[in-house]
Amino acid sequence: MAAYEPWNEDRAAEIVAAHISLEGAALPILHAIQHAFGCVPTDAVPMVAKALNLSRAEVHGIVTFYHEFRRTPPGRHTLHLCRAEACQAMGADRVGADVRTALGVDWHGTTDDGAVTLEPVFCLGLCAIGPAALLDGAPLARLDAAKIAAALANAASAAAP
Amino acid sequence: MTRVFISRDAFALALGADAVAAAFAPHATVVRTGSRGMAWLEPLVEVETPAGRIAYGPASPDDVLGILAGTAPSLGPTEEIPFLKRQTRLTFARCGVIDPLSLDDYAAHGGLAALAQARTLGAAATIDLVLQSGLRGRGGAGFPTGIKWKTTADADGDRKYIVCNADEGDSGTFADRMLMEGDPFALIEGMAIAGFCVGASKGYVYTRSEYPHAIATFDAALAIARKAGLLGEGFDIAQRVGAGAYVCGEETALLESLEGRRGQVRAKPPLPAHKGLFGCPTVVNNVITLATIPAILTGGAEAYRAVGLGRSRGTMPVQLAGNVKFGGLFEAGFGVSLGELVNDIGGGTLSGRKVRAVQVGGPLGAYFPPALFDTPFDYEAFAARDGLIGHGGIVVFDDTVDLAKQARFAMEFCAAESCGKCTPCRIGSTRGMETLDKIAAGVAVDANTGLLRDLCHTMKFGSLCALGGFIPYPVLSALDHFPEDFRP
Repeated sequence: MAAYEPWNEDRAAEIVAAHISLEGAALPILHAIQHAFGCVPTDAVPMVAKALNLSRAEVHGIVTFYHEFRRTPPGRHTLHLCRAEACQAMGADRVGADVRTALGVDWHGTTDDGAVTLEPVFCLGLCAIGPAALLDGAPLARLDAAKIAAALANAASAAAP
Repeated sequence: MTRVFISRDAFALALGADAVAAAFAPHATVVRTGSRGMAWLEPLVEVETPAGRIAYGPASPDDVLGILAGTAPSLGPTEEIPFLKRQTRLTFARCGVIDPLSLDDYAAHGGLAALAQARTLGAAATIDLVLQSGLRGRGGAGFPTGIKWKTTADADGDRKYIVCNADEGDSGTFADRMLMEGDPFALIEGMAIAGFCVGASKGYVYTRSEYPHAIATFDAALAIARKAGLLGEGFDIAQRVGAGAYVCGEETALLESLEGRRGQVRAKPPLPAHKGLFGCPTVVNNVITLATIPAILTGGAEAYRAVGLGRSRGTMPVQLAGNVKFGGLFEAGFGVSLGELVNDIGGGTLSGRKVRAVQVGGPLGAYFPPALFDTPFDYEAFAARDGLIGHGGIVVFDDTVDLAKQARFAMEFCAAESCGKCTPCRIGSTRGMETLDKIAAGVAVDANTGLLRDLCHTMKFGSLCALGGFIPYPVLSALDHFPEDFRP
């Protein structure tokens, strides 16, 4: 389960400072910010722009170009479900539809209780054992809707206090 | 205590290897390895015996005592399993055999000899060996590696870079991931040799974020290599992580991303070998290309060249994926026929239904029907049939597949992943999707099919890179080989 820090300008400045000396620092900085806050908050953009001597528009352009950078934090658990061809050959379209129905969300959506965010992904390199997914970064294979429901229930109970 | 070997590769983890390893821990010494590439047998357990390793799989925690007592049904000696025995494992020789994070294991299995050899031979002679081996880039484009290295070596520049493309985004491929999780030092050694040959002081590995296990294993391997003095002064490597953009697998988009920008494609020339990362001469090679270099040097360029077909020399790690019974990684010399790979080695579909189509080479690769299964796995042979081998992935579909839907997906994928730099790809992919929707709805099918072909022609010849340029392959192959799916 993911635990993110609330937005904090000093903390963000620390993160920027820790990576600013890297060659081509933009992606490492944005990754580190997202790792801490669960997303790249709007407030972080001018800060990153200033540090990299870029315009805010340029940083906005970088953040929005890459599918993985989020503008809002995800739910407590994130399911990255593969939608690419190898998983399609094993019925991923059906699994994707079933999961969206079961969770009551569309792709990129978060359930009303904030428990699960569903993200589509195009290939996890698990193409010989599809349909595949990552649940909070842990790989799952040979999936169907029931297996996903069980994995989500398991994650929820493991995370419960 | 008996030693047992259990993979820590993402294939194995996804199928429960950690629980199996935990169950063995009180009874045996568990060594976590990479994957042998037999995904359908994971979690695979190998028990060390005087007669070699004996394989059991797929194993569950309940099988532990039976396996240790020798009463559980066994697959026999691992090396004798036909899927493995038929392979020519050069690049993947150590993968699944050694502890990927033990430099001692790596050295005991022939590692590090090639780097010493290169230093003795000198840069120019080593580049000559790479040229003689006939090695071509395994990322998909198939450009001769030695020529790329020589061009970079000859280019003027105070700083030069080695960039490893580990943005393995093609569906149906996992060779880079397996190598980085199973034998990361081979990649490090290959990059160090490349750095020595062209005079580069810094290497970057650009790994896709969808591979958290490969990222972690490779970072750990880098730290070990640095501590052992293998990296550091003279040549060092850093890993950078992508952020979910497929187009960053294109080498110039990858360089843009490494420089901290949107991953938009650059026009060529200048070639990266002349002006690459930060404007400096840069070698950009795929993981498999670089990781094969040590094997070529230690085994000999002539021996490597002796394997293969036509202008495709050496071995290719073919990846059998999708609806396939025996899925996984099969490294063999070029020239094995597509049908042999799919039906004989792959065992046909997992669903047990008829194979109707295979897509070779990822989302930009053509869909081939069984009628083309005599095509040998070779760059030129596939090109001659309007296909490509790409990074070596084969995705198998059974007879429930709808090729009109797959063609539409190709355009949809291209629209989502287009970097936006050139018009044919940026606009063409969306127009292609709309036209395929009209065809599916039965609207002026003949006229719209003609329009689609015309659009594909424009995209193929007018796009800046392979994304827009090759997306016509899946679309047109679906139209040509499966026209019935486009009829109402």
